[in-house]
Amino acid sequence: MASRIDLNLSHSYLANPQQDSDYALLPLNMSFRAGGAYALLGPSGCGKTTMLNIMSGLVRPSHGRVMFDGVDVTDQSPQARNIAQVFQFPVIYDTMTVAENLAFPLRNRRIPESDIRKRVGQIAEMLEMSGQLNQRASGLTADAKQKISLGRGLVRSDVSAILFDEPLTVIDPHLKWQLRRKLKQVHQELKLTLIYVTHDQVEALTFAQEVVVMTRGKAVQIGSAEDLFEKPAHTFVGHFIGSPGMNFLQGQISDQNLTLGQSKLHLNSEQVNRLRGHSQIKVGIRPEYVDVHAQAIDNSLPAQVERVQDLGTSVLMTMQCAGQVVKARLPLNFQRFEVGSNVHIQLLGKHTCFYHDEELVV
Amino acid sequence: MSYLQLSEVTKSVGADVHLYPMSLNLEPNAVTILLGATQAGKTSVMRLMAGLDMPSSGDILVDGHSVTGVPVRERNVAMVYQQFINYPSLTVFDNIASPLKLRHESQIEQQVHQLAKRLHIEAFLNRFPSELSGGQQQRVALARALAKNAPLVFLDEPLVNLDYKLREELRDELALLFATGQSTVVYATTEPAEALLLGGYTAVLKDGRLLQYGPTLEVFRRPNSLDVALAFSDPPLNVVSAHLQHDATWQLNHGPSVVLPQIKASNSHVTLGVRAAALRIEEKSGDMAISGQVQLAEISGTDTFVHFHCALGEWVMQKTGVHFFELGSQFNFYFDPSEIYVFDPEGKLVAAPQSFTNGGT
Repeated sequence: MASRIDLNLSHSYLANPQQDSDYALLPLNMSFRAGGAYALLGPSGCGKTTMLNIMSGLVRPSHGRVMFDGVDVTDQSPQARNIAQVFQFPVIYDTMTVAENLAFPLRNRRIPESDIRKRVGQIAEMLEMSGQLNQRASGLTADAKQKISLGRGLVRSDVSAILFDEPLTVIDPHLKWQLRRKLKQVHQELKLTLIYVTHDQVEALTFAQEVVVMTRGKAVQIGSAEDLFEKPAHTFVGHFIGSPGMNFLQGQISDQNLTLGQSKLHLNSEQVNRLRGHSQIKVGIRPEYVDVHAQAIDNSLPAQVERVQDLGTSVLMTMQCAGQVVKARLPLNFQRFEVGSNVHIQLLGKHTCFYHDEELVV
Repeated sequence: MSYLQLSEVTKSVGADVHLYPMSLNLEPNAVTILLGATQAGKTSVMRLMAGLDMPSSGDILVDGHSVTGVPVRERNVAMVYQQFINYPSLTVFDNIASPLKLRHESQIEQQVHQLAKRLHIEAFLNRFPSELSGGQQQRVALARALAKNAPLVFLDEPLVNLDYKLREELRDELALLFATGQSTVVYATTEPAEALLLGGYTAVLKDGRLLQYGPTLEVFRRPNSLDVALAFSDPPLNVVSAHLQHDATWQLNHGPSVVLPQIKASNSHVTLGVRAAALRIEEKSGDMAISGQVQLAEISGTDTFVHFHCALGEWVMQKTGVHFFELGSQFNFYFDPSEIYVFDPEGKLVAAPQSFTNGGT
């Protein structure tokens, strides 16, 4: 049955960790709902694979505990934890048929043969491999082999969780979206706890109900794709999610004003309340929400156009504003500005976020 | 400054044809993107251009002089590959300095520092490549290629092995470097978005054939064939066949009929293409509507790609921002008929949209 997983731990590969940088995972306290679909997203070295390996039991955390449904499994092997794993590269038996490969994890558990046949048929249908069940795995393409790997991970309905480590790396880009769709459908149908490690934002945001964004051994936000886009909890999330990522401008708060470089912007009462007690602040705004005008309007800032890139379906405009770089993504039918021209941009709107010490001010 | 020309160049290995007769005059001192799927012939073309391989027939000219058969070491070219290739026993400084030392240049130290600064690796000059991350290693390879100051620079999918965020950063910097116009740059990629971000000129390749060459945006906007439009679309181009009912009214295969005054050729059967970005779920007057069932909403972080099943086939809509679409839910998808691309039965372009608006909001 799908399990709830609770982590309250930290991990260092060193014997005597002294400082933050000695930890692969900094102290964290996190819960994964039973039946939830999660992605662990971050650049290489962020700690996401360490976290996955701690959940699977391949790595024992140096400090703290791992709980499955309230039971301490910290010292249990991957087998004892009853989890299934899918890796980057196909792990299958080349000499067996597709059906035998899919049945293997069930036969290993001495499941009755009639149940096995039913389940294998169901999984094969889901993965659109019903026609290949009696084919030997050795003759199949890399994509098909990885599909078998996914099938072997999904075939047992009694697992606590299924852990995926970048499972679509070897899949041809044109087939990736179809497999993403399969995984999502499988999750909707089987309601298993799924944990998915990737460095690819598309994969994470598409697959997961909740994405754990990690950097330098720390989970900086757990949220839906919309949360990560609209309200990044940390400047890293704003930067990492979206291409290009969020713009950040360093500013100072005094009374009811926000000072950016030489310019002063007026804050509304809600913003004043929210930012009370802060003096140094970073303004975060996504390129999609930067409001560009030819003429100065109320509370706008002067900016100079540095670069204009027509990307075929949108225009990316890079500007200098208050000594800092701001990018705006504009519709194709929006007024075109020449490089070097002066424009006015409005940064304070309902989508604007404020950060202090890289963390969102709420 | 270099003019690079291919004249009726072919390449076969045994019975395998890698490149069919290909002629191409590269725009000097600009970047040319070789765009195509894997196996399209990008690397084969690049290796011929650089002199790493000999063509089976045809001629390669630099500044009007044939260089066919001149080995790469006797040509003034720089090359960067997918893999991060550096001298493992040399420090970053010595890696970048190596082409300068070979040319007995003066002020090597100053030049290395300048290049390192441009590629943001100044802090690592005393380290060895193995002590660097993948992104930093590729920056070193790029700095060394630039140090050659060669009039011809070849980059074969240089960013493909990097995390996407690093790719974004480095691509941005490369686009700025190319824009200085000091070299003729050839850059191979499988990604249409990368071609558009780098700008310049694009040559679209498919199955060893050159399909179209021109300014990147022009090729994107006016693909001369269905194959080019398909190769230069990500998400994929939505296509459907149609036949003439009467006057300018066309019946879409398994779909509604539409008036297309833009079709002037005397065809009765055509293939229509609609870019994912032209589709919307908000209706405007004059729109065509198609009902579809959501198969998956892919979220890129900046856009949402909604794959849906409809009477016309498997289509996809691109919508700016992050949006939630339930699997299996039913929507009406709209687009302006003037945004339709029309191709004749041979796949040649008959009409392309004249104006470009953003579908999604």
